[in-house]
Amino acid sequence: MPRVLFFGRLRDMAGCSEREIACENDLDLPTFRRLASLGDHDLEEALAARSVRVALNAVLVPVAATCSVSPGDEVAFMPPFSGG
Amino acid sequence: MRVVVSTQAFAPDQELASFARGGEAGAVASFVGYCRAEGGAVERLELEHYPGFTEAAIARLAGDSLRRHGLIDLLVIHRVGAIPAGEAIVLVAASSAHRLEALTAVSEVMDYLKTEAPIWKKEIGADRARWVEPSAADRQAAARWAEN
Repeated sequence: MPRVLFFGRLRDMAGCSEREIACENDLDLPTFRRLASLGDHDLEEALAARSVRVALNAVLVPVAATCSVSPGDEVAFMPPFSGG
Repeated sequence: MRVVVSTQAFAPDQELASFARGGEAGAVASFVGYCRAEGGAVERLELEHYPGFTEAAIARLAGDSLRRHGLIDLLVIHRVGAIPAGEAIVLVAASSAHRLEALTAVSEVMDYLKTEAPIWKKEIGADRARWVEPSAADRQAAARWAEN
């Protein structure tokens, strides 16, 4: 099962920092976002925002990439960084 | 080069005292960022990171800066977790043969940390909590390095 990680304000919206997604097939990113949101449309929309960066197995994926999520993958949704 | 991301408090003066020993450096420049109290409105910051990914991203941007400016050494310490007002969040120190490279690298690394380090900062006060996002000025500051 793929795992989703939420950071920053997305973690607050989701109410958790990570969850496992019940799925045995490969998924495209929009489908994965919908499943990861568990029916929360505000969260699904927030995950799709242009400012949100996505990492697949701890590697940043280009925004426009047609990213495929497989069982066992870890997908992180990251709002704008604010280090320093 | 050393990059540390840790929940532990650190003492900037002690870190600087042990940085750039060996006699080759003609210049050491450093910056320390602290958690501002904002007149009592901020009790603490809570900084979240993505273990492994955050360290790798900071090491990459620090390594780029080290090479670009021909530094002798570079140190980045970034604290995460809960940081009370008044305590240090970040230390960047660079050593080089002459001053310009060290001064420039510290400024550049700080600008990149603001926008490119996978860290999320929440301000916690008695009656408010808010996620901090980079300002337009932060983005402009980081973008100017890419133009050069």
